[in-house]
Amino acid sequence: MQLLSPTLSLTRYRVEGNLPDPVMDSVREGLKNHVIREIDNDPAVKSVGWTIPGTPFNPDFAGNHFVFGTSFVFSLRIDKKSLPSKIVNKHYHAAVQKRLAGTSREHLSRDEKREIKDDVLHRLYVRIPATPSIYDLVWQPEAGDLWFFSNLKEANEDLETLFSKSFQLSLVRIFPYTAAYFFSGLEGERLDALHKASPAVFNAGRAHD
Amino acid sequence: MIDVSVAYNRYKFLGHEFLTWLWYTIETDQAFLQKVDPELSSLAIGNRVVLENSRHNREETITIRGDGAGLEEGLIALKKGGKVTEVNLVYCAAEHEWRFQLKGESLALSGLKLPRTGKVEKAEDLEGAVLERIFLADKIVRLVYSLYDQFIAVRISPAWERRVAGEISMWIDAAIKGD
Repeated sequence: MQLLSPTLSLTRYRVEGNLPDPVMDSVREGLKNHVIREIDNDPAVKSVGWTIPGTPFNPDFAGNHFVFGTSFVFSLRIDKKSLPSKIVNKHYHAAVQKRLAGTSREHLSRDEKREIKDDVLHRLYVRIPATPSIYDLVWQPEAGDLWFFSNLKEANEDLETLFSKSFQLSLVRIFPYTAAYFFSGLEGERLDALHKASPAVFNAGRAHD
Repeated sequence: MIDVSVAYNRYKFLGHEFLTWLWYTIETDQAFLQKVDPELSSLAIGNRVVLENSRHNREETITIRGDGAGLEEGLIALKKGGKVTEVNLVYCAAEHEWRFQLKGESLALSGLKLPRTGKVEKAEDLEGAVLERIFLADKIVRLVYSLYDQFIAVRISPAWERRVAGEISMWIDAAIKGD
């Protein structure tokens, strides 16, 4: 389980909106409806879904395995297949030669080449297994706070999309502006001052905006 | 609220100024840090500081790394107009130590090492272990955002221009001279 690993990365989010009561059932439904779909022996290149920490390859949301105290703890799993371009080229050229051998032509049309390429990719993606990546998250629903244990751009984008689809709630990433906006209670002149702020310069004992 | 995709780039300088202010505060005012977090026994710069200077239409990045590395080069970079963009911090409280890297533009944490906790040997131990890890991570999340809140309060007040930014500049000068 990633949360128990020696080092962690953490991106913080604010959860906008409220879940319908009973909250636990709403979360369970959202997780079940978007559980990770296995794509081994399938031509799909990528699968993104929820899973359970501890048993990420056998997710079961029937119980309360995602409830820890007042937090929900579950995982985003991203299964991805990657094909080295040299392997694709090898199979593509073999397929082109095979197609040409059955004709008296020396070249194939652009559409035929595209069709062969798609067919090669389809066959290869069915044959290769997906590599899973698992990222835990902690959601404190009362505080509207969510910690995602990855700083990777793609993983964060996949989280934001899937979370919105699953729970009809949006995630706002916390960074310097949003942290000040949400957590510093700024209103009126102080909020204006934040919006008008420009970079300061520190040098030679003087500073100016 | 400004659109977040615009706000990220427009206000990332606040994150860099926060880390620069934090370095200054660590070096000059541990008592203030203890007021922000009464359980804190110390907060120190760890084994990595990254600074960037994008003034005069040129980008310059200086990375200082290694345990016990001197920070003089970092101070010189500050003097030239650089800001801290990433910093490794060591937080101590109640005889426990946390280490983490904080990135200014995103306030994202990485390399977060929490105090050691017991091994999970049985399935029944899992919930307690997870809750303990959440509690320990929460210490750092609270620390970072409490400090950021203090920084923002100063940064948007008249005191920033009248006093604080000048004090940071004077600290940089004094630290370079070895005062």
